[in-house]
Amino acid sequence: MRYETDVTVIGAGGAGMAAALSAHRNGADVILIEREEESGGVLNQCIHNGFGLHYYRKDLTGPEFKETLEEELATTNVKVLEGTFVLDVSKDKKITFVNSKGIHEIKTKALVMTTGARERHFNSLGIPGDRVSGIFTAGVAQKYINLQNLKPANSALIVGSGDIGLIMARRLHLEGIEVKGVVEILPYPGGLERNVQQCLRDYNIPLYLSHSVTRVEGKNRLDKVYVSQIDEAGRIVPNSERVFNVDALITSVGLIPSVKPVEFVRTGPGFITTNTNQTTADWIFAAGNCTVIFDLVDYVAREGEKAGKYAALYAKNEYVPEERITIKKGKNINIIHPSYIDPNESTKLYVRVSKVFQRAEITVEPLGIEIIEEEARPSEMIEIHIKSFKEKRIKEVEVNAHELG
Amino acid sequence: MNLVEYKKKKIICTNCPLGCKINLIYTDADEVEIIEAQGNTCKRGLEFAKQEITDPVRVVVTSVKVEDGEIPMTSVRSDKPVPLRLMEEIMDVIREIKVNAPVVKGDIIVENILNTGANIISTRTVNSRDSKSKEHNKLKENYDG
Repeated sequence: MRYETDVTVIGAGGAGMAAALSAHRNGADVILIEREEESGGVLNQCIHNGFGLHYYRKDLTGPEFKETLEEELATTNVKVLEGTFVLDVSKDKKITFVNSKGIHEIKTKALVMTTGARERHFNSLGIPGDRVSGIFTAGVAQKYINLQNLKPANSALIVGSGDIGLIMARRLHLEGIEVKGVVEILPYPGGLERNVQQCLRDYNIPLYLSHSVTRVEGKNRLDKVYVSQIDEAGRIVPNSERVFNVDALITSVGLIPSVKPVEFVRTGPGFITTNTNQTTADWIFAAGNCTVIFDLVDYVAREGEKAGKYAALYAKNEYVPEERITIKKGKNINIIHPSYIDPNESTKLYVRVSKVFQRAEITVEPLGIEIIEEEARPSEMIEIHIKSFKEKRIKEVEVNAHELG
Repeated sequence: MNLVEYKKKKIICTNCPLGCKINLIYTDADEVEIIEAQGNTCKRGLEFAKQEITDPVRVVVTSVKVEDGEIPMTSVRSDKPVPLRLMEEIMDVIREIKVNAPVVKGDIIVENILNTGANIISTRTVNSRDSKSKEHNKLKENYDG
């Protein structure tokens, strides 16, 4: 069968559901495609609270956030195709997908990519030792425990102190799995400070900063994990080795944006976009963790909403950007998103600094924006609002951070 | 003259993902009184800080077994924060519970758990294995149409 629509959205997680709703509200016919049998993406397994405080002004769990979006979607005529996998997106605006009803094609006017991210795997870390069972990414362990009623371990060590790692430390502990610690290679935690408090300190789970896993050992099943301290130059500190006797190693070592199957737009590693979520192919928009990794689903949903809006306007020929201004990373900036600004529209600029600051001043020049951020850390995304600046005839914007002391 | 000892503490507000670092100067001679607080960005932070040095509370989030559901568990939460010191006991109670499908978001799973005044409520919908919800049917209709 051939479908025709204004806007196709690929991926029905937080970003995709928000994008579909917003495209619908902006007058577009929308098809929303989801690979899994159930919409929601990672929200289904993130059963902890802390979602929605910005987007809904309510403290929700992941499933509640998802069902709230789903209830809104159910009042619209958005076509939701679950259990549907996209095989190909071609340059002539055709999308080919497969599901239990066969292979079909959509002719679309605009596309929103909301394909999220995948977890970096232990095998990409280059840690020597036996290749044993018992090594899980945090997301997989989370799915086993929260959705499938499986207990993946009796005792565990967690490597990486990103939010998922911290949340899983608490989750494993509360399910009666002994958590012997969280190992972080950097001198500061990778996740939000509140999660260090409520997931580790609350339950006296040790956090080993500036430590790294050096070897894993076991016969078929993991048995021992070797951990050493790391100095400032990244070298192993002699005689600092500890051995943890655990049958599971849970990894939370970063997320990688998923951009497949779109292969003809600029990525690095996620989709490169403008403030209006437009990629380098003008009919393709992108939002959420397939662009950069966000701290909060609230940001992801808001970005999805924006992408859906501009995709709908584009499909109606009501959004045609005249120029794109480059945003440059200056000193001490690790990540900025988006990469380009359409100066006719306002911008939510997301910034990660590249080191820990006591008191950081972040500047956006030549727009004259200065933000002061106490205890800025790479793991906490900073949000800067930029108004439209069409009349200013600016060619390039640069973001810098420096210590105020 | 009574000398009241001023204490200092840095706490992390866990109310929201901002995770404000609040530097407190307080006394706890008779009852907890905050003399000075720096770093909170909203007034909920102050209430949190006072609670945190008196008796820390947290929202419980976990999951409960579901019989005959399309998936084997539903996720649950407490509808208000409960004392952190009771967390292990509360988990022991919840771990033994089984409910029958269907479960709807907001269903009360345990009323007034351990007399804390908080209910344990379902945070998602789990349909019965053999019947699909109206909502799901509607989505399917959309698809077929």
